[in-house]
Amino acid sequence: MSDWAGVFIFFTVALVFGAGGILTSFLIQPRRANPVKMEEYECGVPTIGPTWVQFRTSYFLYALLFVIFDVETIYLYPWAVRFNNMQIFTFIEMIIFIFILIVGLWYAWKEGALEWK
Amino acid sequence: MLENLFVGTADWLRSLLGGIGFLPTEIAESIVLLVKLVAVLVFILVNALWLVYMERKVAAFMQARIGPNRVGPWGLLQTTCDIGKLISKEIIIPKKADKVVFLLAPVLIFLPPLMVFAVLPLGKNMAALDLNIGVFYLLAIASLSTLFFFMGGWASNSKYSLLGAMRTVAQMVSYELPLVLSLLGVIMIVGSLNLSDIIAAQEHTWLIFTQPIAFLIFFIAAVAETNRCPFDLVEGESEIINGPYTEYGGMGFAMFFLAEYANIMVVCAMATIMFLGGWHAPFGLTFIPSWVWFFIKMYVLIFIVMQFRWTYPRIRIDQLMGFGWKVLVPLSLANIFVTGIGMYIYRAIGW
Repeated sequence: MSDWAGVFIFFTVALVFGAGGILTSFLIQPRRANPVKMEEYECGVPTIGPTWVQFRTSYFLYALLFVIFDVETIYLYPWAVRFNNMQIFTFIEMIIFIFILIVGLWYAWKEGALEWK
Repeated sequence: MLENLFVGTADWLRSLLGGIGFLPTEIAESIVLLVKLVAVLVFILVNALWLVYMERKVAAFMQARIGPNRVGPWGLLQTTCDIGKLISKEIIIPKKADKVVFLLAPVLIFLPPLMVFAVLPLGKNMAALDLNIGVFYLLAIASLSTLFFFMGGWASNSKYSLLGAMRTVAQMVSYELPLVLSLLGVIMIVGSLNLSDIIAAQEHTWLIFTQPIAFLIFFIAAVAETNRCPFDLVEGESEIINGPYTEYGGMGFAMFFLAEYANIMVVCAMATIMFLGGWHAPFGLTFIPSWVWFFIKMYVLIFIVMQFRWTYPRIRIDQLMGFGWKVLVPLSLANIFVTGIGMYIYRAIGW
């Protein structure tokens, strides 16, 4: 049996476990509806305005930077695995690759994308 | 004898199933795997329950209190009781919430820790599944929990939850980079993504001695990934009530709560495997079984994480993001260079 079938079994059981916990709770819990109870919580006063609004952009900038660097690591991992059997040229090549990304990080830093405003 | 307790049990079960004869090999293997899976699940649950108790005891002793001591001997059954209580409480679904996503988040939140534990070798030959891309799998699955925290926070339709969820994503995403990059040094030295190979490579020297900076980066990032103090802005009780799970009650909350402690176990187990030699015994003390050693190392790290919580004040969010992006990320990139150059020098000298 392949290992990935095992991963699939783990996935299924994890789902069943989570769903089982919540379902068991639904079977034995009391359910009494109450207009005040069903309000969302905000220190005792009714919420003003919608919650799902456009949010500040600094979160978006971090997400953008994260995507760039995370894609980089996908390239770095196979390289790191074969590092022991490689010529020095490949190491220099990877230094150049990382250097380009560091320039990107430096630019984001300079432009103030890393500042929390 | 004790060393092979679990491996022996699995072998015995396999031979027992093989002896029945009419079972195809695939089904016999699946049954063995299911038994392993149940063992892993019980291991996680018992440890998560115990960790909640341990945290309360550690907190109590650091503040010169006694802590839970009523339910069971020394209060040992306290968390078991708490879960029993929580499961019988109503899960209040807010009127304006996105009901499907709201209920889906606590169901899925236990998925990452359980799936990660499938590949962790908890002792000699004691990985439920020995994947050859173990590290990649670990990082991929472990980062999924960000999504489930955000699902819970967003679907609640409460302002505190939304703030908490946004912070969760910003923080976990920022600290995932140093976490992933710090492991590159380990991979470069070992030359394999298989967790068993990584442990086998540490038989003589633990990688914490060759990669001390990477260990520090990994550990700091791991504490931030699990949303623990001093990086617990996500929950920040005094600011945003309880972060993404403000609206959850009963079993929904219990799931998030248990998953938090399971995640602490996951990152501490990962640190043990990558840097502290996994199940290898230090000083040749091999008469103690390998899985006990793994357990001891993991719990020492967990204890340190718990001490952080009662030692350091919470940091501000601009400090948090600044520290992650301006210190940890450049430092972990520099660590890759230093490791690479160091390995060439090491080879040139020819030790």
